[in-house]
Amino acid sequence: MAAVKGSRFGPWLALAIGTIYFLVPLIATFEFSLRMERGVYSFEAYRVVLADPHFQASFSYSAVIAVATIVVGVLLVAPTAYWIEYKLRRLRPVVEFITLLPLVIPAIVLVFGYLRTYNSSSLIPLTANPRATDLLLTLGYVTLSLPYMYRAVDTGLRSIDVRTLTEAALSLGAGWGAILIRVIYPNIRAAILSGAFLTFAIVMGEFTMASLLDRPAFGPYLQLIGANRAYEPSALAIVAFIVTWACMGLIQLFGRERRAAMAGR
Amino acid sequence: MAADVAQIVSRAPGPRLGPRRGSLAFLGAVPFFIFATMFLIWPTFGLIIGGFQDAQGNFTLDNLRRLAEPTILNAYWISIEISLASALGGAIFGFLLSASVVIGGLPGWLRPTLMTFCGVASNFAGLPLAFAFLATLGRTGLVTLLLRNWLHFDLYGAGFNVLSFSGLAVTYLYFQIPLMVLIVSPALDGLKREWREAAEIMGASSWQYWRRVAIPILWPSLLGATLLLFANSFGAVATAYGLTGSSFNLITILLFAQIRGDVLHDQNLGYALAIGMIALTALSNGAYIWLRARGERWLR
Repeated sequence: MAAVKGSRFGPWLALAIGTIYFLVPLIATFEFSLRMERGVYSFEAYRVVLADPHFQASFSYSAVIAVATIVVGVLLVAPTAYWIEYKLRRLRPVVEFITLLPLVIPAIVLVFGYLRTYNSSSLIPLTANPRATDLLLTLGYVTLSLPYMYRAVDTGLRSIDVRTLTEAALSLGAGWGAILIRVIYPNIRAAILSGAFLTFAIVMGEFTMASLLDRPAFGPYLQLIGANRAYEPSALAIVAFIVTWACMGLIQLFGRERRAAMAGR
Repeated sequence: MAADVAQIVSRAPGPRLGPRRGSLAFLGAVPFFIFATMFLIWPTFGLIIGGFQDAQGNFTLDNLRRLAEPTILNAYWISIEISLASALGGAIFGFLLSASVVIGGLPGWLRPTLMTFCGVASNFAGLPLAFAFLATLGRTGLVTLLLRNWLHFDLYGAGFNVLSFSGLAVTYLYFQIPLMVLIVSPALDGLKREWREAAEIMGASSWQYWRRVAIPILWPSLLGATLLLFANSFGAVATAYGLTGSSFNLITILLFAQIRGDVLHDQNLGYALAIGMIALTALSNGAYIWLRARGERWLR
């Protein structure tokens, strides 16, 4: 659209207010996180947090669950999305609708359902012991990330010619495993990675499911620190913000590489 | 990302009847359907059934009736109010911000910068966001202190509290505005240059163009996006919990406490709470999908 004639005062004003609103909390959080030692600015809060064994344990717990979520999610979504695109296009609306449901059903409702359906006296007692609950938490996160993961993979698949690639591979004698791993996967790797990093960001900060399933994840740890400490929460907020930025930055990076690769073909 | 969500939602034509059978190709999608049934559909369905049962498992409408109890009704009402306030605020500021960058004639590099930032900020929710706003607008937060020291304005003396309705609304805007920007920017892109030129040739003022052309075309997208923002904040738990603990009577906080320790002393009433939440988010998401489809008639 053409630029608005005359004054650009309005747009600049909106942008300035937006910038202030979005930057001030970040600056304030950072400033607050430096206040731990009286009278001087220091990184003491970060030192305390990073040296806390509970921080290390919960952060690595969530990182492991996030990686497991990504692995399960990709193994579930990629073959399904491929098969829908190749053979079952008429099922696409149904599958898309299902992948949207986690946006309609809030996480707190989902986990409530899990606790009812998979309680320790049920047929599949996934809350009976900690390892089983880890599995349930992972599968719950796969569900929460379904809209993002499916969308990312589906976009990747739509940008290549799945049918031609598959039929070419079939006519050259490739089996289904070889087609998925050596033909399709290299073509949608960037799409899978962008879904993966987004999933990572979501899982690292997730609180509700982990807390209600009583697992020692990063989210419940944040809550505990937030309720009991003054300066460490700000340091943790900055850490969380950096993790989110890193994930989004990597998505951008791989997205750009992919566009460059597409342009070069 | 949130923008992706908007696109998925826009593409989904809603549920259809099941596939025609007859070919073994269907088997390829079976793992997905088993997963979706086990971890999405069946647990939700179980809650809905539980909401219509009494403690002995007999059918009853009592639980749903009890949703009208003052504490519960009040929790729903506060949730709806806070979601409405943050959705409307997020929609208005998000739209203005998006319009400034997309069609406001600002330098071109601002747009990708804003979009990237919005991708991050719309995902920066939950507890870290609560901590950030406590450090900003809490009693010893930077902004509170600066206002007091520089302008001699006592924010808390003036009745503000970050642990209150207004504090929560201001905090929610931090992820609502970016989400709005991500959703509405493609719609603003769809406004054709010719429409504006045609309006100008016929002597329309800028105000008349917006009033008579742009807004009527955009309104389904704008209203739909507002509904999505509504559902987005309605289901949120962690931000409110991190800010206020369990002291703020939102429906999600009440449900959280109920799941934690059966504060309602009635498991089935808890299921009924969940039904109420699903009904509200389904309604606003459903309306969003419908409006989105209407909006796209013009914006191609």
